[in-house]
Amino acid sequence: MKRIALLGMPNTGKSTFFNRLTGASARIGNWPGITVDLLSARILLGADMVEVVDLPGFYDLHGFSEDEQVVRQFLQNNPIDLLCLIINATQIDQQLPLALQLRRLGLPTVAILNMADEAEQMGIRFDAAVLTAGLDSPVCFVSAKYGHGFSEARETLRQVLERNPPTNAAIQHTEFAADEALLAEAEKLVARSVSMPRVLEHGLTERIDRIVLHPILGIPLFFLALFFLFQAVYTLGGPLQDGMTWLLTTVHDQVLAHLQPILPGWLYGLLVEGVYDGLGTVASFVPIIVLFFLGMALIEDSGYLSRIAFLMDALMAKLGLDGRGFVMLMMGFGCNVPALLGTRVMRSRSLRLLTMLIIPFSLCSARLQVFVFLTTALFSSTQAPVVLFALYVVSFLTAFGTALLFKNRLPSREPLLIELPPYRLPTFKQVILRGWHEVHHFLSRASRFIIMGVVAIWLLTHLPPGVAVGGPQSLAGIFGSWLEPLLRPIGIDQQMAVVLLFGFVAKEIVLGAMAVIYGLEGDALSHLMAQRMDWVQAFSFMLFILIYTPCLSTVATLRSESKSLVFTGVSIVWSLGLAWVISFAFYQSARLLGY
Amino acid sequence: MSMVRLSELAIGQQGIIGDMDAEGQFRQRLQSLGFRIGKEVRLIRQALFGGPLQVRVGSVNVMLRRCDAASIQIWAER
Ligand SMILES: Nc1nc2c(ncn2[C@@H]2O[C@H](COP(=O)(O)OP(=O)(O)O)[C@@H](O)[C@H]2O)c(=O)[nH]1
Repeated sequence: MKRIALLGMPNTGKSTFFNRLTGASARIGNWPGITVDLLSARILLGADMVEVVDLPGFYDLHGFSEDEQVVRQFLQNNPIDLLCLIINATQIDQQLPLALQLRRLGLPTVAILNMADEAEQMGIRFDAAVLTAGLDSPVCFVSAKYGHGFSEARETLRQVLERNPPTNAAIQHTEFAADEALLAEAEKLVARSVSMPRVLEHGLTERIDRIVLHPILGIPLFFLALFFLFQAVYTLGGPLQDGMTWLLTTVHDQVLAHLQPILPGWLYGLLVEGVYDGLGTVASFVPIIVLFFLGMALIEDSGYLSRIAFLMDALMAKLGLDGRGFVMLMMGFGCNVPALLGTRVMRSRSLRLLTMLIIPFSLCSARLQVFVFLTTALFSSTQAPVVLFALYVVSFLTAFGTALLFKNRLPSREPLLIELPPYRLPTFKQVILRGWHEVHHFLSRASRFIIMGVVAIWLLTHLPPGVAVGGPQSLAGIFGSWLEPLLRPIGIDQQMAVVLLFGFVAKEIVLGAMAVIYGLEGDALSHLMAQRMDWVQAFSFMLFILIYTPCLSTVATLRSESKSLVFTGVSIVWSLGLAWVISFAFYQSARLLGY
Repeated sequence: MSMVRLSELAIGQQGIIGDMDAEGQFRQRLQSLGFRIGKEVRLIRQALFGGPLQVRVGSVNVMLRRCDAASIQIWAER
């Protein structure tokens, strides 16, 4: 099968192009000569199946970053029939040198000028014939976001593929001097083939930046924006969540209850009281999580994240980190795993490790579910948002405190250079796709972890046969009594100890586990929790959940990204220890004060 | 015209890149974003508490720290 390698600088719309070209049928695969996984997909071009591989975004074929090495090694170790280079047409002057570098590889190439829509808006004009001659490869204009120009692009790819036998790239480690010559050539080519308006229409972005990056108002505005995002999520998400809970309870009472006489008792228990109630309790939070991710996607796609890095860099520098670290913490609000992967842009190992050490303290959406549930159950509707806010504050404080403590062990001095791209308004379709992606992610996690988790908990609480459910003689009770001496001082009882044990696997299991252990779901579970715990215990429990190791996926990612068992171990031990100490300090002092 | 460091430009001031005393990776990143000798740059703003600078080169806006900006020499009006 013929193979197309997709490459380009970061932020050229390469992923968008890849998804549209392949119809999002991608899978992750291993490739000879490199250690990271790459996305690839098979598509039909003309009459032939062709494999398209998405390489990481990179700036320079001779660069030193991990991504740049990956690209180099991939090109050297895998035969390629066609290079498909994605260029951001609005920044063609910055990107042509890379195109010229790639031309030297001697591989058949097609240059895709993406973001043609923005280029047109900005009044940039291209002479395709001159570009084609200068790059020695066909040039296509597309808009990956809106889907313009794809049929021509496909046809061009097909024609070039048809003409050429596969080859391996010959990467010469040329001197930087040669690159300087390329820069000059690129500049000449741009001058001949591109006409840019003298002053690009940056007006709006500039006006927004004047407010958003205002020296005094900038940071307060950011927190205000964050506050409104959360407010919107809960205002919109609350009714949706109630609807979902109603739906789940109705199905339970009207449909599943009829199964009780038909099924054997244990099977009914396992399926309905175990899997259904467990999963249902988690599923009722899906609307809030989806909205939350939509909000994050909006911020991410708008170009605001790099502004946040700008605003926060001075503070982060005092913690031995940089502005990107703060952005990663925010990405961690969604899920810690992609935030950890995001640290790949950092080249200094110390800086990267320090950032990876603090990301797990970021209050991710899985923990958010637990907190929303418990705060609603145990606090009044005016107190609950304050408690939730306090947890976010603790999340930041533990992250910053950890950075302060470890920064001298992991010193770094990495130059920071980030582009502040023009603002973009994400399209409706983009936002919807993103939401669907998150639901999909949730469902696949659900099938992997949550069902396994709730089934395991159901078994633990019901075995050996004949014991009181979740009682001291059940397996859960026995595990709980082992953990009790450790967790009693922080106000956590046997049953909740078992919940914490499973929370180590994934926080999504926590609510499901509580539902199974107490044999209740929805409102009934909330009421029970309010009876079983007072607010001091509940807050201590939430502090522990917030600070201790987020989930096995995070641990696995820490391990694979740091390639160090010691680092992974330090991260786990530190977060477990810190969780215990902080919960202990809170619980005991609250009790001392008479609460 | 005289040479000053990029970090010494006044806000709103512009100049021409005269020399880049940056090393390997950082230099390449600068180049890929459009920093070349002879190009015009303008200091747009600076973040609070000695934070990073926003600099415009051609049509691209970037942020970089003062200490890193000090390695770029600019021809500018005094
Ligand atoms: N206006 C416009 N925006 C685009 C186009 N293609 C991608 N984008 C946007 O550019 C940003 C970066 O795209 P992405 O595919 O993540 O870039 P990558 O980093 O190169 O993979 C996203 O906000 C996209 O929505 C396009 O053709 N036109």
